[in-house]
Amino acid sequence: MTTAVRTPGKLGLDPALVRRARELAARAGRPVVDLARSHTTVAVERATLRLAGLNGADPEGIPWANRLVDAVRDQVGLEHGVCLPVWEALRSGEYRDLTDLAARAATRTVPFRVPEGDAAVRSEAAARTAVGRGIARIDERRREREELVRRWGNPKGPWIYLIVATGDIHEDIRQAQAAAQGGADVIAVIRSTGQSLLDYVPDGATREGYAGTYATQENFRLMRAALDETSAELGRYVRLTNYASGLCMPEIAALAGLERLDMMLNDSMYGILFRDINPVRTFVDQRFSRQLHARAGIVINTGEDNYLTTADAVDAAHTVTASQLLNEYFAKEAGLADGQLGLGHAFEIDPAVPDSFRLELAHALLARELFPDAPLKWMPPTRHMTGDVFHGYLLNGFFNLAGALTEQSILLVGMMTEAVVTPFLSDRDLALRNIRYVLDAAGGLAEDFHPAPDGLIARRAGQVLGEAIDLLEDIRERGLLDAIAAGTFGGMRRTAEGGRGADGVVARAAGYRNPAIDLLETT
Amino acid sequence: MITAPDLDLDLPTLPRTATTVRPYGDTTDDGMVQVSFTLPVPHGPLADGAALQLARKMGIDRPLLVHSKPIGRDFSFFVVYGPVVHEVDLDEIEVVEREYPLLTAKEANSAVSERLGRKLVVLGACIGTDAHTVGIDAILNIKGFAGEKGLEYYKELKVLNLGAQVSVPELVRRARVEGADAVLVSQVVTQRDAHLTNVKELAAELRAEFAEHERPLLVVGGPRFDPGTAAELGADRVFGRGTTPSDVASYLVHALTGAELTG
Repeated sequence: MTTAVRTPGKLGLDPALVRRARELAARAGRPVVDLARSHTTVAVERATLRLAGLNGADPEGIPWANRLVDAVRDQVGLEHGVCLPVWEALRSGEYRDLTDLAARAATRTVPFRVPEGDAAVRSEAAARTAVGRGIARIDERRREREELVRRWGNPKGPWIYLIVATGDIHEDIRQAQAAAQGGADVIAVIRSTGQSLLDYVPDGATREGYAGTYATQENFRLMRAALDETSAELGRYVRLTNYASGLCMPEIAALAGLERLDMMLNDSMYGILFRDINPVRTFVDQRFSRQLHARAGIVINTGEDNYLTTADAVDAAHTVTASQLLNEYFAKEAGLADGQLGLGHAFEIDPAVPDSFRLELAHALLARELFPDAPLKWMPPTRHMTGDVFHGYLLNGFFNLAGALTEQSILLVGMMTEAVVTPFLSDRDLALRNIRYVLDAAGGLAEDFHPAPDGLIARRAGQVLGEAIDLLEDIRERGLLDAIAAGTFGGMRRTAEGGRGADGVVARAAGYRNPAIDLLETT
Repeated sequence: MITAPDLDLDLPTLPRTATTVRPYGDTTDDGMVQVSFTLPVPHGPLADGAALQLARKMGIDRPLLVHSKPIGRDFSFFVVYGPVVHEVDLDEIEVVEREYPLLTAKEANSAVSERLGRKLVVLGACIGTDAHTVGIDAILNIKGFAGEKGLEYYKELKVLNLGAQVSVPELVRRARVEGADAVLVSQVVTQRDAHLTNVKELAAELRAEFAEHERPLLVVGGPRFDPGTAAELGADRVFGRGTTPSDVASYLVHALTGAELTG
């Protein structure tokens, strides 16, 4: 991503404090990583089968991956992972392939057992070969992206990120191509409301969804192919984004890698806070999905912006910073590079607050300086957008200006119809012209923008960093899971035992095997 | 640039009564409105002509096409100004007037303690798949909305906010367990009228679960709801855009304590 030459330290942050903040985040996060390494989930196991080539669904639309994992779990549990019993069955039975095995397992006619000794070694090796093919495919898609970016080029300046969401993948394609032609660099296909709570990934191309379109492998493929066509026409690589979140986070991450998606929403805590998904489930799923994203060269987008939709954007500014530091720690632990960390934040301060724009600049610049090499994702106002679309258009202009001044890397295009209707075609066009005007008029203004060392912006940034450090101290002492239960982030209280999908979490036995994790960890 | 239309010439003449109004642009009764829309027609004279004709059909008598721009190859966007021929008679408008006095938090609290003799239990949630808790939070959270504190601030109200994406059966179950006097639901983001379906489902479930005299009051809110549709939805009250916590608290006190207080 191209950004102007940045003068380091516009805010004069104390490097010792910044180091301290990172260190605290690592210490707060480590116990959660240990938890992730000692558990598996039904979704991690299903994703592993998908990497091994198990796709498709039964006539009821239940994916074979679900059928097979459920059958294994019923008979022998998942403590050893799904691979050992599945490849043991494949090696010793008369099954054509994984799909055939899944179909027969669904009728409960396959006796599963966890192999031991030499049999375990052989089954694991067979699983490793199959899963390795999926990972090789992800590698291939990554190389393909690199080649296309070389051929067609990256956008100049920040990436302009625009959402389409019609519910119908074919309609989405029309809108996405129009948006790309209108100047969008990144197209996000927002998911159908409620998909995050489905414990399976729907199959095939879909034409019905609520406020969004289902994430399916076929929908991914169709949209990526359409955007490749448009990219070639425009001479600019148009990126595709979807959501690796919810109960199927690892599977969607796998499908994204296989279908060459470019960015994925993948926050460490979003599902816990805003979808009431069990915290342990989320952290286990998240680690595996991030390992896949790391391998696939996918940029993740974190969801700190969401905190500010439920908590006050001034009072809770430090929770965004603390969460960004935690997200960074978890991401790097899973193998993601700085250039893959689209840490999120948002322009959500009440416009009635005096100096709201200066405070926004302070928060945005703080993020920029804390994470100089991360492609930060800057989210437009939602909470204070009203039905007054004219005022909303002005707010979005200020949002774009703040993005330019503080060199945000990914600008989500704000819609004046936010909270009113799904955007009209013309609303998108107007929004793109808003951003284009600001970038053309003031895209280089960061060069001239040096907040006074003792001014409100610098003081406010220092204050937020200080509060974030205090919060991280507290989180480290009481534990991240307890902090989440106490409502630290977004004002949402979620207990470690509560939430959806808790029954899909399984503690690993000593003999747990997952060749996908082994392959991903050795890279 | 927009030039001001010659408005003193042949304005449509319509019957006038004292309660009749027309839009106000910059002069009484000029009838001026602005509209914008997109047509799936490539930009050009045909598209412009189509836009003007649509504006006339919408009742804009002499439309001014002040802006016309292509969107991609297949669409054109227009901004139209002009005087609309219609007028409205205020006497014919039906609105849901607040039939109860607006109470302060203190008044609401004393009404509850005097007339109910116990705390009034309010259960709030975003139902269906909507994860946008902005609405219910504005009404319930102590922080409140529009300078008013939310219902959690009222010491005689016991408020339970279940948050986002609560299923209808779960909400009904909790209403039973908590002994809710009122169930408040908000829906913000909605597509294909899902907000209406969800509320109807909830209303039906509440009626199935509770006898009529013990059924909690169902109060619905959100920017997409029309306050006149309570009966159609099976709700006891529907609040639209701009509702504040004291509107809701005053209604609850009125409906649940039978208080005909003077505000």
